[in-house]
Amino acid sequence: MSEQAHEAVLRVEDLSIVYRTKRGDVKATSQASFDLHPGEALALIGESGSGKTTISLALIRKLPKNAVITSGHIHYQRDGSVQDVLKLSNRQLREFRWKDCAMVFQGAQNAFNPVLKVRRQFEDTAQSHGWTDKAAIRERALKLLELVRLDPERVYDAYPHELSGGMKQRTLLALGVLLNPQIVILDEPTTALDILTQRAIIDVLNDMQRQLRFSIIFISHDLSLAAEMADTVATVYAGEIVEIGPVNDIFYRSLHPYTYGLLTSVPTLGHMQDHLQSIPGSPPNLINPPAGCKFHPRCGFATDACKKEDPPLEQDIGTHLAACWHKDRLLESRKEPV
Amino acid sequence: MPPPILELKHVYRSFKRGREVIPVLQDINFAVNNLEFLCLVGESGCGKTTTGKIICDLLPPSAGAIEFEGKDVARLRGAEYRRFRRSVQIIHQDPYASLNPTHTVSETLSYPLLTHGLAGGRRGLRQRVHELLDLVDLTPVEDFIDKYPHQLSGGQRQRVSIARALTTEPSLIVADESVSMVDVSIRIGLLQMMMDLRDRLGVTIVFITHDLALAKYFAWEGRIGVMYLGRLVELGKTQEIIRNPQHPYTKVLLSAIPEPDPEKTRNKQHIQLRSEDIPRLTELPPGCSFHPRCPWFVEGVCDETIPQLISLPAAKSEAEVACIPLERGQELVLHDA
Repeated sequence: MSEQAHEAVLRVEDLSIVYRTKRGDVKATSQASFDLHPGEALALIGESGSGKTTISLALIRKLPKNAVITSGHIHYQRDGSVQDVLKLSNRQLREFRWKDCAMVFQGAQNAFNPVLKVRRQFEDTAQSHGWTDKAAIRERALKLLELVRLDPERVYDAYPHELSGGMKQRTLLALGVLLNPQIVILDEPTTALDILTQRAIIDVLNDMQRQLRFSIIFISHDLSLAAEMADTVATVYAGEIVEIGPVNDIFYRSLHPYTYGLLTSVPTLGHMQDHLQSIPGSPPNLINPPAGCKFHPRCGFATDACKKEDPPLEQDIGTHLAACWHKDRLLESRKEPV
Repeated sequence: MPPPILELKHVYRSFKRGREVIPVLQDINFAVNNLEFLCLVGESGCGKTTTGKIICDLLPPSAGAIEFEGKDVARLRGAEYRRFRRSVQIIHQDPYASLNPTHTVSETLSYPLLTHGLAGGRRGLRQRVHELLDLVDLTPVEDFIDKYPHQLSGGQRQRVSIARALTTEPSLIVADESVSMVDVSIRIGLLQMMMDLRDRLGVTIVFITHDLALAKYFAWEGRIGVMYLGRLVELGKTQEIIRNPQHPYTKVLLSAIPEPDPEKTRNKQHIQLRSEDIPRLTELPPGCSFHPRCPWFVEGVCDETIPQLISLPAAKSEAEVACIPLERGQELVLHDA
């Protein structure tokens, strides 16, 4: 365990976040823990309102004002020294964001300032982090724009409105890695893009990661994207990480009924008809979540134990963990893998 | 074969923006057969939503005709037109925008019943609203009937939209991306319910989506029409299109889509496009609109003549395809990316 802990570039421990609202505290994240290793791609998979975006915003300390972190640590390691992101001063945070950990938000259309050329937006970013040599900025930017398969000279001197949605998304990825961060967080990187544009973005991301060797955390509701890009997948339900493990373990040997339920509710393009089933009910209200395991009201395996006590996120084999009292029954119930 | 319930014949539709004319649909021809599962798929801007609105006569075509049960909809008058209106309904994409926030579920469902005189008195009205909510599994009905949209989840709202479309006992429903905005875990449940309605109520559903996997699931026993920049490029049996796509655009789409299976999706062969730029509808290229991106482009052919949707001579597939090299029985040669 200790060796891995040493290697992790990011170690999230026991992170809990609530939003204070008039109707009560929304428990958006409860005791989330995970490690992110150098060069690893981690997918946080969950439905709307599951708390996956809250976790990622906490990592760069960009939570909305009514959010309160009630417990936990976020250890970040660079060049052998470890810091707790939750204890950084404002000045340290400015350094940490973008240079160490960059976030590419959903909706690339709106992320650029429409009245500034792409060039200015690259220069502003680099200069506010201490770069002064414009030629050097230009050189780095052109190299990155080429890496994302754009015509670098043309895009660098373009206004955002001259670029298509897919081009903007790729320009944003290039801008995200301008300062050579160790971690890149991507919020729904392909949502709202057309199928062929999505394919281009996925290919570009894979290329970039191979060449620049950063770690990725991506947040998505799209299981196919996780299947394609992730090394590790974490399923988030009602603010909790209910299962985490290597991508093949999650897809072929899922141990949590929610993960399994998601997998059996997604159609494929295989040559036979799919046998699909929705998960009954709907996700709980996080002001008054159900007692015990939060998934029990929708779960076919639920027993009295599930209503009373929340199962811990426990190791199964290797690095595959799941929070369920009935992992064995789920495995037994499946005659063949999904 | 019985006559189709609805047919689009050489339908064109354009919109004006300032002095510009945007051709959104060009020469659309297809029939909707009674009780078939028909799905229109395509990326944003391909004209699938406009087609749906034209089917319901929410938009008139700029040219061409829509025939409902063999009669031109533009010529229907009075009682006949009202019958068409009752018979063809639409379910919109966004259940947050398509329900009036100031009306309760009961009110939302009562208005169409009253407007079309289908209620049969106060008692009958409440009774019918009950039946409709029961049909869309919003049970126990008493928990939902007096709720406002903001008190319901996305999935529940979409069920209300479906119930509303059923109020007039339609024979045809256009479902435009009707499950796209609900969560993954409940999406299939909604879709299965809609598929059951066909059997229980004898209603034909035209399903419009950008998601080919969802289209495959819905229309497995039916047909898929693939649209690109305002035209149908391939129309045929779903199983044939999924297993043996013919049109280059369909082939590229199927090869590009990630799948929820790590081994499979990582070993998939992706066909590279010649260009990733999607042409603007106002500056469509000559000939086949797909030719600047098509990896099998034939110079002097694809960039000159507009292909028509027809059955292929070599009969590799029963599907109708709009591609001139395929029409001529030419072997497609892949360009280097």
